[in-house]
Amino acid sequence: MDITVIWALIIAFAVFAYVVMDGFDLGIGLLFPRLAVGESRDQAMNSIAPVWDGNETWLVMGGGGLFAAFPLAYAIILPATYPLMIAMLLGLVFRGVAFEFRWRDPDHRPLWDTAFTLGSLTAALAQGITLGALLQGVKVANDAYAGGWLDWLSPFSLLTGVALTIGYALLGATWLIWKTEGETQHQARRLAVGLGVATLAALAAVSAATPLLHYDYWRRWFTPPSVFLTAQVPLLVLICGGVFFWSLRRGAERLPFLMTLALFGLGFIGLGISIFPYVVPRSVTIWDAASPPSSQIFMLAGAVIIIPLILAYTGWAYWVFRGKAGVDGHHE
Amino acid sequence: MDAVILARAQFAFTVSFHFIFPSFSIGLASYLFVLEALWLKTGRGVYANLYRYWLKIFAVVFGMGVVSGLVMSYEFGTNWSVFSAKAGPVVGPLMAYEVLTAFFLEAGFLGVMLFGIRKVGKELHFLATCMVALGTLISATWIISVNSWMQTPAGFAINAKGQFVPAGSWLPIIFNPSFPFRLVHTVIASYLTTSLAVGGVAAYHLLRDRTNLGARTMFSMAMWMAAIVAPIQILAGDAHGLNTLEHQPAKVLAMEGDFEPSPTGAPLVLFGLPDDGAARLRYAVEIPHAGSLILKHDPNAPLPGLKDFPKDRRPPSAIVFWSFRIMVGLGVAMLGLGVFSLVARARGRLYDAPWLHRAAVAMGPAGFVAVIAGWVTTEVGRQPYTVYGQLLTAQSHSPLAAPALAASLLAFAVVYFLVFGAGVLYLLRLMSRPPAPHEAEPAHTPDRAAGITPAPAVDPPLASPAA
Ligand code: HDD
Ligand code: HEM
Ligand code: HEM
Repeated sequence: MDITVIWALIIAFAVFAYVVMDGFDLGIGLLFPRLAVGESRDQAMNSIAPVWDGNETWLVMGGGGLFAAFPLAYAIILPATYPLMIAMLLGLVFRGVAFEFRWRDPDHRPLWDTAFTLGSLTAALAQGITLGALLQGVKVANDAYAGGWLDWLSPFSLLTGVALTIGYALLGATWLIWKTEGETQHQARRLAVGLGVATLAALAAVSAATPLLHYDYWRRWFTPPSVFLTAQVPLLVLICGGVFFWSLRRGAERLPFLMTLALFGLGFIGLGISIFPYVVPRSVTIWDAASPPSSQIFMLAGAVIIIPLILAYTGWAYWVFRGKAGVDGHHE
Repeated sequence: MDAVILARAQFAFTVSFHFIFPSFSIGLASYLFVLEALWLKTGRGVYANLYRYWLKIFAVVFGMGVVSGLVMSYEFGTNWSVFSAKAGPVVGPLMAYEVLTAFFLEAGFLGVMLFGIRKVGKELHFLATCMVALGTLISATWIISVNSWMQTPAGFAINAKGQFVPAGSWLPIIFNPSFPFRLVHTVIASYLTTSLAVGGVAAYHLLRDRTNLGARTMFSMAMWMAAIVAPIQILAGDAHGLNTLEHQPAKVLAMEGDFEPSPTGAPLVLFGLPDDGAARLRYAVEIPHAGSLILKHDPNAPLPGLKDFPKDRRPPSAIVFWSFRIMVGLGVAMLGLGVFSLVARARGRLYDAPWLHRAAVAMGPAGFVAVIAGWVTTEVGRQPYTVYGQLLTAQSHSPLAAPALAASLLAFAVVYFLVFGAGVLYLLRLMSRPPAPHEAEPAHTPDRAAGITPAPAVDPPLASPAA
């Protein structure tokens, strides 16, 4: 396999790690208004406070990796989605400071809780819309972005924005089922049922709309022989969805979260089928955008040693905070 | 206003805000490391209390550093897409290494450092503190390497697409000519900034209660640090300036306000108003030959002037001239504070010298100002290039419309002032609380003054949830 493909896989891994890990953080932000003030909110906050920074670092890895391994793609995608990126970053600013500020300033806790929710909502929507904007195509001329500053806005990109937001909320709800107990867990379970239905519907809507965007997507999904392979994706989605609802009914604590991860994984594979080998769909391939082999090799040497280490100590950090999150807070 | 100016204003605004936090978190992380090590070694409760005291502050500072840093890592692409496409193959991998070796390390162990002592015990908790402190230093190393490469590019070739690519080995890129100087000067700046902030807080509490053991201990530690590090920083700055004269002479001339060449030795300008349009220094107050003495270590050595450079290749000297003077002036004042503290210490009056304490309070924020002034000198002095001598700033920016940039600049300004303003307020509130006053031995009941939730009474002091 050539090194450019390896880097595409590493970055895809980083993006996926980001989506599912910060996904449940953002999802909890989205669900905050539905959690009772006091114990429930404190539990939910405590379940993510020790890990959110590590989760968000995968976003830095995704962006930084793109900059380093595919500088041309980085230089096209960011100007093309400029308002979305700025909105996402500002949303993450609010989300990130809320973890500390709500404890530091009990008088204004409702204010910071609202900032937490609105920041999460902004970031989730911006990320989902960005996904749609990329799928629908970006205007490129002379290796640079050549469109206007609102080209990303379309019914399709709004659909992906809403879809990802719903998916994040489901990740958040199922994480809470795992990490909390009592009334909070009960509430999360109630929310997860509706969100599960909504997530499957959103996945179906995006899957139906994508092939209509361009013949190329249609061809990849629906013409033989590839259809025999691609048809497995919706099949697996149905199976995972079934297990998800069954596990919710059975009162399982971990399985709903794991099934949601599986759904995200399948959605991600679906994206891969639509996009590969483009990095800016249908205009720039990973090879067009790649930095020279000397740069990619230099990084790969470090990455193969360091990424397993990162996974090891990140795993350890999660292990330290295993079990149910209390109310008396890690903080204070 | 045109798009380039807006893009620059936005980048300068956000990166300056960002750096306020790292310059504190790099120093505080090392300080927490020292406090915890002392606690483990001596078992004295005062260290545990100070650790807890500063850990709360660290958590807030670090959080703000993370979110403002995240913004930076995407702003290269949003604002400087041409620079990103061209320089990505060289600076991208260095920044990727920063993420891999530093950001994950900090983030991975931060949770345990902040919340984990009851779960992992003292030794592993100390390991987490070490890793976070190490992470901040590794982070500084890589990002300073990137920045230094932009100042003094080396080890690169230009490929057919017009991109900078490594010419061979990565070592000349990473260890580019200004990197060692800039790294040393910046890390020391962080330590100095932190020692002044800690000293300022300690002095504030000593002025209220000079028997407070925690305040006494941290005041003494901070004043040792400032007294030792301030002179080293001045020497490092001098060496840095000589290096800059070699590689970026126009920057040094702008710092000095030397428009005219000085074939028989340059003066040292104490005061003046640089006028870039007329290319002259108005109302100059100078010491003859002292400039050459400092820069060349020879009073009669010739120096060029800004006029030796074409007009569109000169940095705007009005900004650089003043930011440099602010930094150096504060550096000298810091040295003064260090000497003052040594004198008071020698006379056994370190804790009973209200004027020293007032001076320390006044100097508390000085490090932050000096650090920003230093960066402004460095970055504005690099103009009109982003990659010095190779890529013009005017050719580096994204193909963006001015309204989009203006709107986002406004949004950044509003959000940053609101959010980080609130954060600074919370920091000041935390700092205005005295460290637990009479804590000679490890307490058996946890300190609840700062906490809201009670904890089991058997916890050792560090493990109390007040951390
Ligand atoms: C000399 C040190 C230094 C300098 C010049 C910069 N930073 Fe920084 N940065 C740090 C030192 C640091 C740090 C000490 O590692 C921080 C500060 C507080 C923190 O949480 O980590 C950090 C945080 C931080 C983060 C969040 C990391 C995380 O998720 O944990 C990002 C993405 C960046 N920075 C990116 C940048 C960029 C793109 C810069 C250049 C424009 C930059 N930083 C300048
Ligand atoms: C953290 C400390 C830093 C501060 C306070 C700082 C400050 C500034 C300022 C004030 C400017 C505007 C200069 C002008 O346009 O006249 C600037 C520009 C810039 N800086 Fe920095 N900088 C810092 C670190 C860095 C680092 C580490 C990098 C590289 C990785 C960097 C890359 C740039 C770029 C690309 C520009 C825009 C182009 C330009 O105007 O030159 N900066 N910075
Ligand atoms: C008083 C003696 C000092 C001297 C002679 C001095 C000298 C310099 C010079 C020449 C530069 C610009 C280098 C370049 O861009 O090529 C610089 C930058 C800088 N200075 Fe200072 N400095 C002094 C004190 C301080 C102090 C007290 C601080 C902070 C506490 C500080 C923080 C910085 C920072 C953060 C930079 C930007 C990063 C860098 O280029 O190293 N300096 N200094």
